[in-house]
Amino acid sequence: MNMVEEKKNISKPKVLDVAVTAFMIILCVISLLPIYILIVNASRDTQNIINEGVSFIPRLSLIDNIKIVLDWAKNGVVKYAPLTGYRNSAIIAFSCTFLTVLFSGATAYGVVVYDFKLKGPAYTFILAVMMVPVQVTSVGFYQFMSRIGLTDNYLPLIIPAIAAPQVIFFMRQYMKSSFPLEIVEAARIDGSNEFRTFFTIAIPMMKPAFAVQAIFAFVASWNNYYMPSMILVSNKQHQMTLPMMVNSILSNEKLDEIGAKYAAIMLSILPVVIVYFIFSKFIVEGVALGGVKE
Amino acid sequence: MANRSGGRIRSISYAKYGYIFILPFFLVYVVFQLYPLFNTFYLSFFGNGSTKEEWVGLSNYQRLLFGGADRVASSVHETFLRVLGNTFVLWVGNFIPQIILSLVLAAWFTNARLKIPGKGAYKIIMYMPNIITAASSAALFVTLFGDSKFGAVNAMLINNGIIDALHPIQFVSGPTQARIMIMIIQTWMWYGNTTIMLMSGIMGINGSLFEAASIDGASHTQQFFKITLPLLKPILLYTVVTSMIGGLQMFDIPALYNNGTSQNSATETIAVYIYDNFLNANLSNYGNAASASVILFMITSILGSICFAINRDKDVKHKKSKKTSKLL
Repeated sequence: MNMVEEKKNISKPKVLDVAVTAFMIILCVISLLPIYILIVNASRDTQNIINEGVSFIPRLSLIDNIKIVLDWAKNGVVKYAPLTGYRNSAIIAFSCTFLTVLFSGATAYGVVVYDFKLKGPAYTFILAVMMVPVQVTSVGFYQFMSRIGLTDNYLPLIIPAIAAPQVIFFMRQYMKSSFPLEIVEAARIDGSNEFRTFFTIAIPMMKPAFAVQAIFAFVASWNNYYMPSMILVSNKQHQMTLPMMVNSILSNEKLDEIGAKYAAIMLSILPVVIVYFIFSKFIVEGVALGGVKE
Repeated sequence: MANRSGGRIRSISYAKYGYIFILPFFLVYVVFQLYPLFNTFYLSFFGNGSTKEEWVGLSNYQRLLFGGADRVASSVHETFLRVLGNTFVLWVGNFIPQIILSLVLAAWFTNARLKIPGKGAYKIIMYMPNIITAASSAALFVTLFGDSKFGAVNAMLINNGIIDALHPIQFVSGPTQARIMIMIIQTWMWYGNTTIMLMSGIMGINGSLFEAASIDGASHTQQFFKITLPLLKPILLYTVVTSMIGGLQMFDIPALYNNGTSQNSATETIAVYIYDNFLNANLSNYGNAASASVILFMITSILGSICFAINRDKDVKHKKSKKTSKLL
């Protein structure tokens, strides 16, 4: 009897294991399929795409397609210049990442380490504004920026990165659980001033939290289409970010090199895909952490 | 606890550093977020286009919410109702498949009795669409599902004789087709994220509950409905509310998944409506855009306070359990 039951226990889940695994593999294929087809199509010439539609076999026209894309920028056919786009998106994304992580860390540190009268209200405020969507403030933001002449300027895209309530929330939770306040006391006794303690002791100890938030901040900024297209309202090519350039491909009806279109889209996602596969484990863990702590 | 009250006496002289550390956040927040928010409220009392300098009181709200006798007012009202409806339809249409799929996946991923090889890799692949630039995803799908017979998917369907070449499917311009496509893209983008969030919720449930249940002879399905789901309620509610707030802001995909020259009226969301109204040089309808923003703000505030309550509840519980564990 016991043996039979045991056997049942072992053999029954096996069918389920296979079914579940198969289902997951199918989902993974679906998740990757659009990206795979993008890469395949970026390597096909336009005639081939028109004649055959969807195909799963890569061809040899990738370099030609990229050349066409680079020519667009030279001839001014469409405002898509990948190298300029990389540069602009990188300037904005790196600056935002640096400011977000540094100042959110500092704010969280201030709220966790020090006791002051307005500490409670300050933190409640940060929690309360965490959910305010950008869309709600954007009319007032845009009107304000155009009034003080800061449209077509990177500053309104970079400076607001200092105030990131959600990142502060995450960092505070992290500090509460893994930053012993005794260390601050010890540093004081050793004669370290408060800022030095923050930079040379707290930041190194908070590295994991800083790293996760830095990756998320970078990706969010790189992918942002809403704010840059609003602030860089004149669409000057030398200022445009990559997502804006992608949009300009879409709104140009005269582009008939479909293969090159795919190549252009592929070039626009290449950096984030690389970042993702380098840090993927880290990122997935970060999302899970956010789920518990948010 | 004793440690903390001791610390307070010692740290009195350090209080000013607390202010110094949080000052940059508050300065920037006030200038770049809080003031623009008030400015939005302020602008909502002014006119549109050529009358944008004129004080019009509450008439923008009146037109948006209730329409009016003249044709302009009633068309503004109709458009607003339409974009609200679109936003809701698109959110529901991507949230329902997403939450069902994510719940099932999360239950499977966390089930220790299932032997699934390569779990880590699946999670990484399923999350990937979320990291890809939304603008590029929209561009990719628009190009793949182009309306003409040269669109890759239409060409494939024609080649296989599923549809005839004279009537390619209007994946991008067709109202229902475009809505379904956007729901699919949004689901594709977000299900991995939701799965991971729910997984960490399930892993937070005390494992001994499952053990006890399986000793008592509860099946997988019974455990899922009797233990996992009820205990997951706060996280589920949280996911619903945050997803709703996110859904209200849905912009990139609906704004870019169209034929490139004009917005598909069946997929214009409230965020797209606001953006078009204030940014479009021919319109510069600050009044309309600002009052729509204020209405959006009201809705999100209500949803946000629900979230806030859930969060605080968790925080309080967390503190309590920490205290008791210290006492023990």
